[in-house]
Amino acid sequence: MSKLDILKASLVGLSLCVATTATAEPVKVGMITTLSGGGSGLGIDVRDGFMLAVKQAGNKDLTVVIEDDARKPGLAVQIADKMIQSEKVDILTGIIWSNLAMAVVPGAVAQGKFYISPNAGPSQLAGKGCHPNYFNASFQNDNLPEGMGAYANKIGIKNSFIMAPNYPAGKDVLNGYKRFYKGKLAAEVYTKLGQTDYAAEIAQIRASGADSIFVFLPGGMGISFMKQYAQSGVNIPVTGPAFSFDQGILKAVGPSAVGVKNTSHWAKDLDFPANKPFVTSFEAEYGRLPSLYAVQGFDTANLILSAMSKASVKDMDAFRTALKAADFASPRGKLKFGNNQHLIQTIYVREVIKEGDIYTNKTEGIALENHQDAYAAQCKM
Amino acid sequence: MTSALFIEQLLNGLQFGVMLFLMAAGLTLVFGVMGLINLAHGALYMVGAFACATVANFTGSFWLGLAASIVAAATAGAIVELVVIRRLYKRDHLDQVLATFALILIFSEGTRWVFGSFPLYLNVPDLLSGPVMLPGGIQYSLYRLAIIVIGGLVALGLYFLIAKTRLGIRIRAGESDREMIAALGVDIRLLYTIVFALGAALAGFAGALVGAIQSVQVGMGEPVLILAFVVIVIGGIGSIKGALVGAILVGIVDTMGRFLLPMFFQLFMENAQANSVGSALASMSIYILMALVLIFKPKGLFPAHG
Amino acid sequence: MVKLTKENSLNALVAMTLLVVPFIALAIDEPFYITLATRVAIFALAGVGLNLALGLGGLVSFGHAAFFGLGGYAAGILASHALNYEPIFTVPFEVNGTTEMLIIWLVAILVSGLAALFIGLFSLRTTGVYFIMITLAFAQMIYYFAISWPAYGGEDGLSIYVRNKFPGVNTLDPLSFFLIAFCVLMLAVLLVFVLKNSRFGAALQAARQNDERLSAVGIHPFNIRLTAFVVSAMITGLAGALYADLNRFVSPNMFSWHTSGEIMIFVILGGVGRMFGPIVGAALFILFEFVFGGLTEHWMLFLGLVLLVVVLFARGGLIGFITGKVRHE
Repeated sequence: MSKLDILKASLVGLSLCVATTATAEPVKVGMITTLSGGGSGLGIDVRDGFMLAVKQAGNKDLTVVIEDDARKPGLAVQIADKMIQSEKVDILTGIIWSNLAMAVVPGAVAQGKFYISPNAGPSQLAGKGCHPNYFNASFQNDNLPEGMGAYANKIGIKNSFIMAPNYPAGKDVLNGYKRFYKGKLAAEVYTKLGQTDYAAEIAQIRASGADSIFVFLPGGMGISFMKQYAQSGVNIPVTGPAFSFDQGILKAVGPSAVGVKNTSHWAKDLDFPANKPFVTSFEAEYGRLPSLYAVQGFDTANLILSAMSKASVKDMDAFRTALKAADFASPRGKLKFGNNQHLIQTIYVREVIKEGDIYTNKTEGIALENHQDAYAAQCKM
Repeated sequence: MTSALFIEQLLNGLQFGVMLFLMAAGLTLVFGVMGLINLAHGALYMVGAFACATVANFTGSFWLGLAASIVAAATAGAIVELVVIRRLYKRDHLDQVLATFALILIFSEGTRWVFGSFPLYLNVPDLLSGPVMLPGGIQYSLYRLAIIVIGGLVALGLYFLIAKTRLGIRIRAGESDREMIAALGVDIRLLYTIVFALGAALAGFAGALVGAIQSVQVGMGEPVLILAFVVIVIGGIGSIKGALVGAILVGIVDTMGRFLLPMFFQLFMENAQANSVGSALASMSIYILMALVLIFKPKGLFPAHG
Repeated sequence: MVKLTKENSLNALVAMTLLVVPFIALAIDEPFYITLATRVAIFALAGVGLNLALGLGGLVSFGHAAFFGLGGYAAGILASHALNYEPIFTVPFEVNGTTEMLIIWLVAILVSGLAALFIGLFSLRTTGVYFIMITLAFAQMIYYFAISWPAYGGEDGLSIYVRNKFPGVNTLDPLSFFLIAFCVLMLAVLLVFVLKNSRFGAALQAARQNDERLSAVGIHPFNIRLTAFVVSAMITGLAGALYADLNRFVSPNMFSWHTSGEIMIFVILGGVGRMFGPIVGAALFILFEFVFGGLTEHWMLFLGLVLLVVVLFARGGLIGFITGKVRHE
């Protein structure tokens, strides 16, 4: 915890500096993210990635206020109101979950604030509900499963058992997989959200005769499933989007996850100039390896910083153009926005490996190159 | 559907039920003897899992971790009883619900403060790792089989404890007449602390056992807590036998519902929709079961007393 | 009728404070505090509903989130249909959505009342812990249904992009919306006050203390309790509809058992059975969340400690603590 305190102290110091030496165009960012309760690991990674970039830039014109939404939509809306009305922020960011984003984003952008998503890309906001003030620096929800669907064809998967929790994001993910996957489905199973025991589903997998399993079970659900699956003696290979196999939870899954193929828009061994320095500095700062959420936070901050150097946030059109240019070096290479202001990015295939004592991912290859989401055509921008 | 799959699912339901019994036994004992609703029971389950994971990671032995889980949960239970719970026995249920709800908040955030927000690693011991072949060609996880056996042993042990030992006689006396046993010279305050710690130890033990195949994280106790309440309400609050029957009933209904309901809806619906409707109904199934039981038997299947 | 007791003066002070805060906020240009006060008024309204069942009737419902959520979804569903110009159903006759708050409120009240009638018919056959748990079970059923039913957004919830309309008032103005919520809250408190001092209220409180005596004089405690439970749910449902309009968003979260627990906390922090208890409780809760939530991410730990202290040492809640009377035995 002492690192957190140091971070806090440095933030206070930073804001003091800003107070005394503020120049003409200060930018105030409000970050609403999940720091307590279930799933707070993701919010903490986004925040830490974001603050790392802020620290490295040392730009005194940027202030950040951070608040915890405890994963409650009602609370997130309240904080957004406070940040807009009382703190008078220019840019909002930080939300992890699609349902919270749907609660906050439409209201915030309608009130003339920028919102930059460091995670969560609900399809509504990518398609018909796209907005000039909404940017997504992470992914559209369907991207990673689409990548895995395409990769499944490539490696000759013919009979796939697919499974996700019974809620909208779960259905989006399975639909994303089915959009690209051409083989047959052994079964399509929806589990209860927050379920912790998967014995019944594993028995169905065993009896299904599938040649592969595609699962989307974020957070604790994925940990439980992988551990139980490893104990069951079923040997059908597991695939999935990176969320269940990312750095934050691999330690808890342990050896059960080794060998799992997953798709991601980032990996720690990607060969881009900005990637290695990012991984090293994140590890030095926080004593753990970064996750894809940390990268998204890091990129979101750098995106804002890059636009700040080109335009004043008060001139919304100029600032929007500057954001859209995304003129900075990301650990994911050069970022490129599509018409709906979501990223057109390459989806990679990774494999979980053990590196020394640490479980992590190794890049296997490319699933979809320069991939744009399926909803961009519905966006009239 | 093959019969092997059906039997495997029944075993899964049984294993789930046995695990619920470990949780429900403590809850129902505490209610039967002290008349207390303890929402913080799930927090003790979490304490057990965290203690097991910490010790197992430090020493490398799952078994030491398992022992630690019992000790840690019992200690935490005893401390909570001494500091907070004993002030609540004479209060109404409302105060008990609130105070123990407050304890959940304290335990959850306290644990997060100490251990951070990321799940801990805890895995099945090598001895119980992997699948076994059961008669009839059914392949089944050895660890789950072990949970069924351990749960059965604990149920037997509890039966002997309550039916045959001096402590058990006092517990039963405490259930039927509190003034009487105080008059008999039993230190009732000590008895209450022991019963509470025993319930806590069972919860911690369950948390550690389950932690090995699930995720050891803050808040892991809450879903189980609600299920355990469903179990004891179905079984009749205060009855250990009711808890056992209720737990197995809930375990099997939940598992079979998840497995059979989507299939049932596929008979007359398009697949994706059937899966969605079926699993929605499956997630409601045990609450429907509980409502049905209470409509016909407002005090549960085995009303303990009164 | 109303004597100037210590509690009555305190009540007047509480109501005045809540009313004055938004005006001060407007004066010092901190419009966010208006939103905060609106939130207090709405949560307090939900608490006033529960307080009728819990405080006067002794019915410890751990499932009032069901009614809060149903009220919210009534608002969300009606508004979304009106905004999309899609009828809600066409058979046997066509029903369209609406953005008129008054109609939405009526629907919210009816829907939660009907749900409470159904839930109450079953749950009120049980008492004590069984009642607590069966109300929880019904709320959980609705919660899981809301999550997995895709038509209205499931887990993602449902957004209302524009706040609903109220005749003659610009609801988008935060202060106007606060005043609407505040008036509804005061009307609800008045309703509960009238009920409490009526023959019905006397019967309800008698039923809490002694069932048999009441049956002996020919009053059915079951009907009395059921009525109280339904009215209580209607008030909480109305609060849900207002909450939907405040956030312009509804989600299954409104049905979760944490919400039930929180509504209960409002009632208890303030003082069970006190007319203005829920207002004090909700204000304390929101202030706590606002102040400590900004200071530390572990604020829930402190909330737990405060709650524990209130339950253990300040019996009768804050109002009881100040006026020095213990109410519930």
